[in-house]
Amino acid sequence: MTEEIIIAGFGGQGVLSMGKILAYSGVMQNKEVSWMPSYGPEMRGGTANVTVIVSDERISSPILNSFDTAIILNQQSLDKFEKAVKPGGLLIYDPNGITRIPVRKDINIYTIAAADEAGKLGLSKIFNMIVLGGFLKLKPLVQPEFIHKGLEKSLPARHHKLIPDNEKAIEIGKGLIQAVQVMN
Amino acid sequence: MGELRLMKGNEAVAEAAIRAGCDGYFGYPITPQSEVMEYLMAEKPHERTGMVVLQAESETASINMLYGAAGTGKMVMTSSSSPGISLMQEGISYMAGAELPAVIVNVVRGGPGLGTIQPSQADYFQAVKGGGHGDYKMIVLAPASVQEMCDHVKLGFDLAFKYRTPVMILSDGAIGQMMEKVVLFDPIPRRTEEELIRQNPWAATGKPKDRKHIIITSLDLDPAGQERVNLKLQAKYREIEKNEILYETLGCEDAEYLFVAFGLSARICQKSMDLARAKGIKVGLFRPVTLFPFPVKAINDLGKKVKGMLVVEMNAGQMIEDVKLSVGCSIKIEHYGRFGGIIPTPDEVVHALETQIIGG
Repeated sequence: MTEEIIIAGFGGQGVLSMGKILAYSGVMQNKEVSWMPSYGPEMRGGTANVTVIVSDERISSPILNSFDTAIILNQQSLDKFEKAVKPGGLLIYDPNGITRIPVRKDINIYTIAAADEAGKLGLSKIFNMIVLGGFLKLKPLVQPEFIHKGLEKSLPARHHKLIPDNEKAIEIGKGLIQAVQVMN
Repeated sequence: MGELRLMKGNEAVAEAAIRAGCDGYFGYPITPQSEVMEYLMAEKPHERTGMVVLQAESETASINMLYGAAGTGKMVMTSSSSPGISLMQEGISYMAGAELPAVIVNVVRGGPGLGTIQPSQADYFQAVKGGGHGDYKMIVLAPASVQEMCDHVKLGFDLAFKYRTPVMILSDGAIGQMMEKVVLFDPIPRRTEEELIRQNPWAATGKPKDRKHIIITSLDLDPAGQERVNLKLQAKYREIEKNEILYETLGCEDAEYLFVAFGLSARICQKSMDLARAKGIKVGLFRPVTLFPFPVKAINDLGKKVKGMLVVEMNAGQMIEDVKLSVGCSIKIEHYGRFGGIIPTPDEVVHALETQIIGG
């Protein structure tokens, strides 16, 4: 099993940390992982993206041009990465702020209204964990116990009190994901 | 088995230095390697092992601090990225001339000039062919993973002291910035003063009454003396070429074609290899791990078996010169590269193989 994922959105949405928590959970479950961020000027106020690979085998290139899954959190990223999803692959996006919806017919498409939900709950910080929950509902790459360990490892100790909120957000996300287009 | 962590390449370099028993780090921040010193500062290695971490006022100061500390037999390291490494060249040449051990990490970014902060491999010539003045070589290690970023620090110190020579770890912005699983080696205690003096009789550790002064210098105004220094250095480099070559081969047994690549490019080629083999193209991968000493014989042997080689580098064609010198003119050898911080994608590389080597 190898899952090649791109997570993309605005800087500050928690794109990189979502990827890090997924990657660390993979490590805890004894998977091979790589986490390759965009860095530098892209990170500073603009778009941010991270390529995460979770695999049972040694990982070759950490840089990819096509992905099994694209998790998209803004319009620029949708425009950039919709075409990079492999045929039969998965595209998840948050419809908040999206004006041009995906048009591909050969991929599975789901939405997750995580920004709205996080706003309603008054928990904007765990927005990214809601999105991660939606993804894990569709592709349970890592088991909840290892996500817990992944959270412990990725968050500094002073933030460990936030782990239950993060786990709750993942559960909310699992209930929030909605199919738009599912291939047979 | 050692401790398991998810780390950036830069962080792995820093943690490995502490664990290898490094005595001192001197550096100056520059993207994309600033996490090395950030991590060291946050870890407070002085409390963990007694290791000194100092932010110098410039790269020129860092390399001269390295020279001074290495002259006392201490195990020392610096790191920077391309423009900063250019500033260090004078000091590196002096260290090679004075035969001082140290590890120098270059997390390469796109050039020339200030260039960009994105990954590149355009400092191959600078690292392997000199960079500074005079007839010298550094041992150059080219990690292709975060695990090797960690392991090459320890290997680098071992080689630096075995041969009394500066060792460069030639990495790039992507390997520095990306996170992967790392198994950290168990910490090795820093050497005590007694151990240091016993192991490094050449070092300036304070003069006892019963021996002459030790002078650490790269200056000898008598040309005959300076020629002797050069002959000694060259003999040392031949010894390094004989003993320390490292490389990795993948899928070379039945290969009709070969990718030759180091560092990050080799990782990309590994994916390209899978893609090409799925199309029925029998291609293998040859990855030099040491760039000096270059694996001349291994690559020459493969040159007798395959029809062509594509050398993939994030530069305009640098290592390809060493590949051609190793193989000769018997087969087609072409270069594919992207520059200035652009990373080639796996399918781009397959396309280059198909058009430049197979169809070319």
